[in-house]
Amino acid sequence: MKVRLRAALAGVVALAVGGALAVGGALTGFGPPSAGAAVNPSKATSAAAFGGMAGLVKAAKKEGTLNVIALPADWANYGTIINDFEKKYGITVNSENPDGTSAQEVTTVSAEKGQSRAPDVLDLSTSFAVAAAADGLLAPYKVASWNEIPTAAKNLNGDWYDDYGGFVSIGYNSNVVKGAPTSFKDLLKPIYKDQVALAGNPTLSGSAFAAVYAAALANGGSFGDIEPGITYFHKLAAEGNFVPVTGSESTVESGQTPIVIWWDYLEESQVAHQFPGWKVVIPSDGHYAAYYSQAISASAPHPAAARLWEEYLYSTTGQNLWLQGSARPIELASLVKDGTVDKKAYAALPAGPKGTITFPTVAQTTAAENLVAQGWASAIGG
Amino acid sequence: MSPVRAADSQPLGRRRARAAFRAGAGILPFGIYITVFLAVPAVAVMVGAFRSPSGHWTWQNISIATHGVYAHGFVMSIELSLLTSVVPGVLGVVVANAVLTSRGRVLRRIVSSASGVFAQFGGVPLAFLFIATLGTTGLVTDWMKALGFDPWNHGFDLYTFFGVALVYTYFQLPLMVLVITPALEGLRPAWREAASGLGARSWGYWRHVGGPVLFPSFLGGVLLLFATSLSAYATAEVLTSGSIPLTSIQIGSFLNGNVIAGQQNVGKALGLGLMVVIAVVMVLYGMVQRRASRWSR
Repeated sequence: MKVRLRAALAGVVALAVGGALAVGGALTGFGPPSAGAAVNPSKATSAAAFGGMAGLVKAAKKEGTLNVIALPADWANYGTIINDFEKKYGITVNSENPDGTSAQEVTTVSAEKGQSRAPDVLDLSTSFAVAAAADGLLAPYKVASWNEIPTAAKNLNGDWYDDYGGFVSIGYNSNVVKGAPTSFKDLLKPIYKDQVALAGNPTLSGSAFAAVYAAALANGGSFGDIEPGITYFHKLAAEGNFVPVTGSESTVESGQTPIVIWWDYLEESQVAHQFPGWKVVIPSDGHYAAYYSQAISASAPHPAAARLWEEYLYSTTGQNLWLQGSARPIELASLVKDGTVDKKAYAALPAGPKGTITFPTVAQTTAAENLVAQGWASAIGG
Repeated sequence: MSPVRAADSQPLGRRRARAAFRAGAGILPFGIYITVFLAVPAVAVMVGAFRSPSGHWTWQNISIATHGVYAHGFVMSIELSLLTSVVPGVLGVVVANAVLTSRGRVLRRIVSSASGVFAQFGGVPLAFLFIATLGTTGLVTDWMKALGFDPWNHGFDLYTFFGVALVYTYFQLPLMVLVITPALEGLRPAWREAASGLGARSWGYWRHVGGPVLFPSFLGGVLLLFATSLSAYATAEVLTSGSIPLTSIQIGSFLNGNVIAGQQNVGKALGLGLMVVIAVVMVLYGMVQRRASRWSR
């Protein structure tokens, strides 16, 4: 009996081991790229292709490098985010042309295609992300928290996905500016003569274009009608309040632009740090928000590191780092719901409008861009 | 047979070809440079100007570039370039002549070094320099206010067409001094002495001797200033936020911006327009130049 029992036990053990092996074998089928199993990281559309996060991290570490482009250290919180990513994964981040524009990013992807220094990941204005996706320059990828990104804020194929953003805001030097402006209507008052600037030319700068859109919403316009925004700036110029200088930290320092209309997070990261009296308000009469989109280059020389970068940006850590840079992460709502939000940083954001944020469609934006391109110079010139 | 004779015995044609090659080899690096940095980009711009985003041939870009605000941009660009080439051009001759005819050797050296530095100063830093000095809250404006005169209340505005022209003069004038000085040095004192020996006053000398000798160089200098103004970009962009439509800035909005996506070829059509402007100016320059230098042949 004893012997037989033993045999039976052995059989059971054998079966169990065999079964485990079988299951294990089945797992390796879509598991990590162990010897021979070919996972092409350039084609991976989620971490599962690497057998989960651990596999992705391993593949990314093996590449050891990530090429980023057009990410200024003082933009939102990119300086910290890049350092933190390097430290956490031991991957070197090469930053090319940090002050570049979306147009330059897209040009660089085509120009450096096939080179080891070509950009792996892109941070684009949404209209450029849409155009780049149409040209087949982007690799689809869905981060682990894909479902937390609102449907309107991503390409459903995974070509691009909005990440961080903010509202058009009025920033002002409270030591100089008399009477706190809280709306576009306020800025027309004579006390703000020679004080109000945009952070650029709305045919070139995304924030200046957004400011015209916000002004339109404040003056009876809509996403389909930006004309009232152009008229508003015409009025602002005619009143003598508009200073056509590109507002920046240095023009604030010189006193030429004590009021700058800009993204709220850039007011914080680029101006408020140098000027303790700098106040930021979201105008009560015109709410316009926009998010920058992340994307992976289809010809990324470090495809696994690129995918890990996106996972990192959309992790709770990454999303809270945006918040610490005064930008609003796209998954803010779920961070708040889960209680994983950085409460201090969240409370420090300038008060925004209640309710869901709405965005113009791509067609509406394109029409508005053309209208601004044609009408801007004559509206504020002369 | 000595090697010299061997060479002598070669047919004439081959010797000529060799000489031509040797002469050509000298300019080969320049030829490559011109091809890579001028010809290839120029052809790319020309071809792109007639291509749709999807790669078909089209007149659409040219049509956009020659209407509305973009047509206005060409007019403003040409006006600004004319103003900021002729005025600093004339002033540059006056300044260079004054410096050259002064006795101070130190002054000459200082002016020529300073001109070399200032002529290269431009872009965002130059715009900021003017904002910080002559802006509404600028340093110089504040001093003038303290003296009871606020230029901004008397028609001065840095952020207009004339303001931009003033800022351009900052680098255009020294540039003219640099390029015209060698020509002025070529005016021999003996000519002047001869002219005055024949009873010519200063005006007569410039009218009949100095002017005609200098004119071709002057035109060349003005042409250089014109092209510099036409292509200047960052300074005007920072000072005006697009309130003055200039073609260079408009090209930037298509090729280099964060707003208008997917219309790079309209930017190339505008670039082609600038090439046409320069070509026309070059032809006019050539015609005037030929007339002006007829006497020297």
